[in-house]
Amino acid sequence: MIYTLSILILLLPLASFITIGVPEFLNKKYAWAPKVAGTIGTASLLLVTLLSYWTAVAYFGGERMADGTYATLVPYNYTWLPLGNLHFDLGVLLDPISVMMLVVISTVSLMVHIYSFGYMHGEKGFQRYYAFLSLFTMSMLGLVLATNIFQMYMFWELVGVSSYLLIGFYYPLHAAVHASKKAFIVTRFADMFFLVGILIFGFYTETFNFSFMPNVQIAEGMQAFAPCQADLASKSLAFGGMVLPTALVLMFIGGAGKSAMFPLHIWLPDAMEGPTPVSALIHAATMVVAGVFQIARMFPLWINYAPNAMSIVVVVGAFTAFYAAAVACAQSDIKRGLAFSTISQIAFMMVALGASTALELNHHEHGGLGYLAGMFHLFTHAMFKACLFLCAGVIIHGVHTNEMSAMGSLHKYMPITSATFFISCLAISGIPFFSGFSSKDEIISACMHYSPILGWFMTGVAAMTAFYMFRLYWCIFFGSKKNVEHYESHHVSEHGFNAMTFPLIFLTVITVGVGIFTTLSGFGVPGFEWASFGNLVTPDTTAYTVHFDITTAIISTVVACCSIALATYIYKGESQPVADRLYATFPRLHKWAKNRFYMDDVYQYVTHKIMFRCISKPVAWIDETIINGLIDFSAWGANEGGESIRSWQSGDVRHYAVWFISGAVALTLILLAI
Amino acid sequence: MVPVECFFVLSAILFFIGVFGFVTRRNLIAMLVSVELILNAVDINFAAFNRLLFPEGNEGFFFTLFSIGVSAAESAVAIAIILNVYRLFKSDSVEAIDNLKL
Repeated sequence: MIYTLSILILLLPLASFITIGVPEFLNKKYAWAPKVAGTIGTASLLLVTLLSYWTAVAYFGGERMADGTYATLVPYNYTWLPLGNLHFDLGVLLDPISVMMLVVISTVSLMVHIYSFGYMHGEKGFQRYYAFLSLFTMSMLGLVLATNIFQMYMFWELVGVSSYLLIGFYYPLHAAVHASKKAFIVTRFADMFFLVGILIFGFYTETFNFSFMPNVQIAEGMQAFAPCQADLASKSLAFGGMVLPTALVLMFIGGAGKSAMFPLHIWLPDAMEGPTPVSALIHAATMVVAGVFQIARMFPLWINYAPNAMSIVVVVGAFTAFYAAAVACAQSDIKRGLAFSTISQIAFMMVALGASTALELNHHEHGGLGYLAGMFHLFTHAMFKACLFLCAGVIIHGVHTNEMSAMGSLHKYMPITSATFFISCLAISGIPFFSGFSSKDEIISACMHYSPILGWFMTGVAAMTAFYMFRLYWCIFFGSKKNVEHYESHHVSEHGFNAMTFPLIFLTVITVGVGIFTTLSGFGVPGFEWASFGNLVTPDTTAYTVHFDITTAIISTVVACCSIALATYIYKGESQPVADRLYATFPRLHKWAKNRFYMDDVYQYVTHKIMFRCISKPVAWIDETIINGLIDFSAWGANEGGESIRSWQSGDVRHYAVWFISGAVALTLILLAI
Repeated sequence: MVPVECFFVLSAILFFIGVFGFVTRRNLIAMLVSVELILNAVDINFAAFNRLLFPEGNEGFFFTLFSIGVSAAESAVAIAIILNVYRLFKSDSVEAIDNLKL
């Protein structure tokens, strides 16, 4: 097997985490110099990226199976913890989606590593930051390379921990501590369902392995990964066949927590308290798509054993997409606006996956198109959203605030940022020849196949996407000139081509390159069939050339252009009379959207008023009164007993002698009596 | 021939004189003397019971001699300790030594 080196993809970031982290956490004295620590992390990630690209080229460029599918390769799989029939394994699994995720994660992570040299320059805790970045990268790569659901869960939690550590990076700030706690608790709450789902799955199917994958090829000596596709169906028949749907829905709740689906989305906007590159890497490009990846990973099971339950995914996704888009329209904090945009876009992917009705693409009128579209959108979104967040980082680095009221007319001072932000906005809005168009258009045509209502609904949400993204763009880079004097006096600038602008350009090049080629191939231009994403990832891993549904393509382009025009009309000018008039007409709507429709307050009410009062308070009473009382009572008894016999210890030898002799006499009398 | 009971009575009287002295006297030397009395009572018992129960054996007498030797050594150690206590506390009273008490 040629993928022996694939294990290094996991070991290198781990090694860099240990190398940077151990001296830093043992004693600050021994910590590396910031530059050295950053170089170690970046160098190891560069190697990981090269290995990932090499793996991707070898995998996608390699031979397909006789039936046109890609083999699922398991180069490593060790039994870590045997438990009777069940065993927890650790290993590496390569299939189209995991290889694609390797490329996404390592690319974005490498860009963030480079970018952080500029953004985090001179920050206290630079070494700690790079150590955690390495830890996160290792966990995320382990999550996508997992050979079984249990390994996935382990790395899933590790990812959550590193997210927690990085959100709370500025731990002297109260808000950062709160945000990290909130993120950890909300995702942990959702992960509890994930764990229950895993246990149900493992209990009834007697395996944790992803053994339902097609054409599994196991490296020599890795017998632990035994495919058992055939008996999965018979094993899952308990409770009238409800076992697998229940397990899958429970796992989806876990995924919804990680991917910030309504109503478990509340942690993601607060997670923006972390450093901006972290937001780009973890809370936009990689970790938050873990839920999408999880559904894609379990997709054969969803399709074969729980097709009806997939409507839950569709409904949750569609509502979240709309809700988050509506909230994004009214945010004044640049990072929060982007965070809600992320929630909305991930929801697009969820909808796409849920709207799939078959494993084969040509079956049931492109039933598997949604899966392809979702995965493709994951890829393109990771690139342009990471770019948008990194642009936001440049801006925040320049003006030292997240509030959009302190921005405006930045175009002249930050031309590279402005251009890359503009292109990413075009991509996310779905303008042809930019990557977002190809993926979003496929999502919408998949939705149209699923149900026209859903299709039109998602088209509407896509229009809102274009609107709020361009609202951000115009408000930041054009619009009000009131801060120009401030920029001049504080020398606000992006400082030309440097560690912070290079990643922006790199990610934009990917966005544009992918966009041009996939658009050409989607419109059926001869000679560009190779560029179709269907050659890489399809639900049954056979090759498929995506062709745009011309009607859908035209409609979504026109709608996106109209939205952009509307946003330009409202927000580009120096003053914004239309926006002000709208605000004056619907003050309540604006207030509700700005406050995220009070979802956080609903949580506050439910947790504080209902759960704390009805459950926590009585439990606390039992703890304080009964359990604490028992402990206090025993302490009191020991104390009183000690006080009462204390006087016996007089310190006078004669007293002891009296006691001793009386005792001896008493013992003698007792012995005589017996 | 003195009846054997006389020895037991003497031993009992000596023992209780020793106990009474140990409990009532405050002077360390006096307490030591009391302890010696108790030991002597035991020695007498050893000798008397040896003659009464095992007339052909000598273990009781040997034990008495052994006990006298040990008590001599013990007295030497005790007097050394008492001398040190006297130097430290400027007193030979047992009530002076209470500094281990809280």
